[in-house]
Amino acid sequence: MSVLILAEHDGHKLKKVTRQAVTAARSWQASIHILIVGHHIAAVAQEAAGIAGVTEVIQADAAHLAHPLAEDVAGLLVEHAGHYQVILAPHTRFSKNVLPRTAALLDVAMIADVIAVTGPKSYLRPIYAGNITATVESSDTIQIVTVRASSYAAVTDDGTANIASWAVSATTPLARWLGEKRNVSDRPELATARAVVSGGRSLGSAEQFEAVLAPLAEELKAALGATRAAVDAGYAPNDLQVGQTGTVVAPELYIAVGVSGAIQHTAGMKDSKVIVAINQDPDAPIFQVADYGLVANLFEAVPALVAALRTSAPR
Amino acid sequence: MKILVAVKRVVDFNVKVRIKPDGSDVDIAGVKMGINPFDENALEEALRLKERGKASEVVAVSLGGTANQDVLRHALAMGADRAILVETEVNLQPLGVAKLLKAVVEREQPDLILLGKQAIDSDAGQAGQMLAALLGVGQGVAISAIEIWDEEIVVTREIDGGTETLALRLPAVVTADLRLNEPRYVKLPNLMMAKKKPIQTISAAELGVDASPRLTQLKVADPPPRKPGIKVGSVQELVEKLRVEAKVL
Ligand SMILES: Cc1cc2nc3c(=O)[nH]c(=O)nc-3n(C[C@H](O)[C@H](O)[C@H](O)COP(=O)(O)OP(=O)(O)OC[C@H]3O[C@@H](n4cnc5c(N)ncnc54)[C@H](O)[C@@H]3O)c2cc1C
Ligand SMILES: Nc1ncnc2c1ncn2[C@@H]1O[C@H](COP(=O)(O)O)[C@@H](O)[C@H]1O
Repeated sequence: MSVLILAEHDGHKLKKVTRQAVTAARSWQASIHILIVGHHIAAVAQEAAGIAGVTEVIQADAAHLAHPLAEDVAGLLVEHAGHYQVILAPHTRFSKNVLPRTAALLDVAMIADVIAVTGPKSYLRPIYAGNITATVESSDTIQIVTVRASSYAAVTDDGTANIASWAVSATTPLARWLGEKRNVSDRPELATARAVVSGGRSLGSAEQFEAVLAPLAEELKAALGATRAAVDAGYAPNDLQVGQTGTVVAPELYIAVGVSGAIQHTAGMKDSKVIVAINQDPDAPIFQVADYGLVANLFEAVPALVAALRTSAPR
Repeated sequence: MKILVAVKRVVDFNVKVRIKPDGSDVDIAGVKMGINPFDENALEEALRLKERGKASEVVAVSLGGTANQDVLRHALAMGADRAILVETEVNLQPLGVAKLLKAVVEREQPDLILLGKQAIDSDAGQAGQMLAALLGVGQGVAISAIEIWDEEIVVTREIDGGTETLALRLPAVVTADLRLNEPRYVKLPNLMMAKKKPIQTISAAELGVDASPRLTQLKVADPPPRKPGIKVGSVQELVEKLRVEAKVL
């Protein structure tokens, strides 16, 4: 029996979270297959074949899979599920859409957002916005699991897996893909960036959010993040939201600027290696998770920080 | 068009839950409870569709013990036409929830089924997708906009790096993101009125569904605490610490 990983990719390259999921998959000490769903994905399959420890790469290539629907991907997984002991994916918006549907069709439970595999069928996962961790054990024969990528290191290349293909059925009549809007940015991707600069409601406007935080992000080669309040106010796009209901990040350095530190926000960043908080309220809860807190007006402190980084940088 | 909305009773989002002394579970005795925030968005959307003449009836359903009547009263006070409590003492997990909801859907025959994208206690985020699978219908997950066409609905959903738009054939299952809308406040007179409205109760046994849990919770724990931090006095000191002590610059 093997572990099947549902890959996350952008049509050209694998996302780093897929390599992190491979590390999680090694917990079972079984052979590891990677499924690439999409259209014109030969390059992605090639890349996956090079990952250390992967024994087989499977392509599911069809025009309608360029923008895969959960209905189609779940159907595909169910067809082949009998060969696998575990179907695993990084915990992303894609897998959150597809895998619960797959699990229900197989009549098994799904274990979401796993931070450690503690046995062949037991897992550690956060509940209550990360305030509590629960150890759960499954009684099902097939394990359907998503893992929190930031809890695992990324596997590097050192493999030569075989590349196979699965036949793909016609698309579902239940749903149609109409279009998408991508937020384009030259900054590193939030989920896997080495550093993240996040802003809250206190930035006051979309213009100030950008004007104050972008130079700092630039200086640190950081991704931008935001609180839900900042996103709701329209200061930042939805996909920058960090937290219980946004993206969970664990960068080397996280700088929270004018962020109060509600548990729903800290749920998404408290595993960062080093946390800096800049807030004018000395009692703001964010200081409870910060390694370095600076009580200051962000509109003065952030430009000063950018200037200090520029002058003191030993490059 | 008839809309069914599933509402879960959960610990209030402001409460920091504690663990029972034996570490078996969280202790929710006496803790403030309420409707799962995402389910409130789902219900709000259903009510708005009705107010715009797109829906004729909004039915709220909750699964669990008799205590769940309070979230159904809240749903009625917000404007739901009817409320159904599926009574069970079983420890419900998303697959069990989906199976019970499927049985309710078969009785009620709604055209649209709305859920929250995630329950904030277990943070599972699965019941809607599972229900759609069991019903063999299309799904719109984590949606921030919904539009009704004739035989279809069009939903905008959050994906990594942006949003996508899907058309779903009806009936369909949709799960609400917080961004879908701003739920209305419940006015006191409405709450008083809702107290008088009947809540239909069905026992889970009556539905003939096996909703028993597949996952056993072995234990719960506090996550490892972060080591206490310090306050720095100036931007200069911050840069110094980040460079020399934390070595992240
Ligand atoms: C179900 C649910 C899910 C949620 N999910 C998320 C989530 O995933 N992510 C998330 O972030 N939130 C989430 N929230 C919202 C969360 O509870 C908070 O409301 C939100 O994080 C607050 O955002 P904020 O810190 O930007 O705003 P506020 O709480 O308004 O805080 C602003 C902070 O800025 C400080 N400030 C103001 N002016 C200045 C200045 N000039 N200089 C320095 N500091 C200043 C203030 O002291 C304050 O601490 C969720 C809520 C619910 C109910
Ligand atoms: N006990 C329940 N009663 C009614 N609806 C529920 C229940 N549990 C879950 N749901 C619905 O399913 C959604 C997703 O829950 P979950 O998959 O547990 O995160 C919730 O937002 C509710 O709409």
